[in-house]
Amino acid sequence: MTRRFSWFNATSLTLGFTFLYLPMLILIIYSFNASKLVTVWAGFSTKWYGELLHNEAFLDAAWVTLKVAVLSSTFATVLGTMAAYVMVRGGRFRGRTLFSGMIYAPLVMPEVITGLSLLLLFIAIGLDRGVVTIVLAHTTFSMCYVSVVVSSRLVTFDRSLEEAALDLGCSPFDAFKSVTLPIIAPAVISGWLLAFTLSLDDLVIASFTSGPSSTTLPIKIFSAVRLGVSPEINALSTIMIAIVAIGVITASLVSKQAIARRQNEEQKALKQ
Amino acid sequence: MNVRRLFLIFVPYLWLLALFLVPFLIVLKIALSDGALAIPPYIPTLDFSNGWEGIKTFFAGLDMENFIFLTEDELYWRAYLSSLQIAAISTAITLLVGYPIAYGMAKAPDEWRPTLMMLVILPFWTSFLIRVYSWMGILSQEGFLNQFLLWTGIINDPLTILNTNTAVYIGIVYTYLPFMILPIYAAIEKLDESLLEAAEDLGCSRMQAFWLVTIPLSKSGIIAGCFLVFIPALGEFVIPSVLGGSKTLMIGKVLWEEFFSNRDWPVASAVAVILLLILVIPIILFQRNEQKQRESEG
Repeated sequence: MTRRFSWFNATSLTLGFTFLYLPMLILIIYSFNASKLVTVWAGFSTKWYGELLHNEAFLDAAWVTLKVAVLSSTFATVLGTMAAYVMVRGGRFRGRTLFSGMIYAPLVMPEVITGLSLLLLFIAIGLDRGVVTIVLAHTTFSMCYVSVVVSSRLVTFDRSLEEAALDLGCSPFDAFKSVTLPIIAPAVISGWLLAFTLSLDDLVIASFTSGPSSTTLPIKIFSAVRLGVSPEINALSTIMIAIVAIGVITASLVSKQAIARRQNEEQKALKQ
Repeated sequence: MNVRRLFLIFVPYLWLLALFLVPFLIVLKIALSDGALAIPPYIPTLDFSNGWEGIKTFFAGLDMENFIFLTEDELYWRAYLSSLQIAAISTAITLLVGYPIAYGMAKAPDEWRPTLMMLVILPFWTSFLIRVYSWMGILSQEGFLNQFLLWTGIINDPLTILNTNTAVYIGIVYTYLPFMILPIYAAIEKLDESLLEAAEDLGCSRMQAFWLVTIPLSKSGIIAGCFLVFIPALGEFVIPSVLGGSKTLMIGKVLWEEFFSNRDWPVASAVAVILLLILVIPIILFQRNEQKQRESEG
């Protein structure tokens, strides 16, 4: 059945997406404004991007943020995949309810509480605040997101494939590596990407768990933003928006191709 | 049970115990302690070196003082109530804004839907802080909204929106809109079109069919969306501190200030404990809704 937009649906979609995208569009346009006054247009210029490149503080913060994001999302992916496996395939064991509770609770926990509690822990055990503590904190909350993403994939996955591999003489680890992992790989990758963006994005938990030498980009942006709108922050935001947009669009195109290829192969296999 | 399985269970389990449950117990403990001019700034601290005596004096030192303090100081009451109010009102507005968008997406031509879906998800991947910040330039005194309204002649003097609760509502609706759209879209998309045709055959107008069929059948999506907005909005910190003013009272902000500005750790911990107790109710309701939905799907 081919459907067409009714006027009502077309209007609500247009208004809705204008609302979602106009603020960011304005921000991007004004990042190319020559004037220091953020609401007065004074001609096109890229000078704020140039100044950004010479701002040591921002570059340092960006480097710290990137390090934290790569490390924490990798740890979170490993731990989250393990947790998902335990939840879906682990069967019954003592403390399972507590385990699943601890997986879901951080998803709804207000960030201020997560941040506060982790900071109090780090102080109690005498761990100096720095990159390590931020990585620990980010790993903890993003592993829960990863495990939700991965377990939704594991649930739909046919267990007999794994059993067949075991029957054919694979060790459990080999079966995981050559059967399970390729099938859940898209979920694992999107889990990693989710963990990575959560870490890049996080202001509140990082503020609680960072030390003076480990300021992340969101902390830096937040302290600048409190003083008002600035063209440099607009430029920085534009760069970040561009990176995310390119990343998400590429990822969706790649996965679309992968799905098409798989369907193609399945059809070929059926014909044979 | 083999070693491999034990290992698989233990590693994530221990991680979560150490970095989720234990920290939370520490918060609870500090909430029951007294503030002190020491490092760390609270007493008593647990001292195992004195054996049982140390543990006994530790427990004797705990009391409900901070919680009593919270009930006596009007600031905290007002902060909790105004957080609830702000979260509830902005959830309602998000529903009103989000439903037509989700409906439009579900009724869009098939080839359009993946694109529309991506357009909804894309902001979710963009930095939260940046999305909140983007409104500062729009809502300020000389911002775009005021320039536009002055230009059209609707108003003669610029409106003060930034640093008020109105700006906080706009911020919450804007940033959490995708959370409302996605579950409602999923619910409407699953809906069997023939039910609507049946309703129209039986004499319903399209409007009646919408109220009698579409709305009730998308109820689970509506409920899920509302909780997904309400729960994080209640503990929100970034939006009230960037867009709100000094009069905006939200509990996440109060906790932050209590901890960073007043350095009163015991009170900050008590504020956190009560916020969690308030959140438990909507979280349980949300889980029930999800459970019911899973059961109805088989």
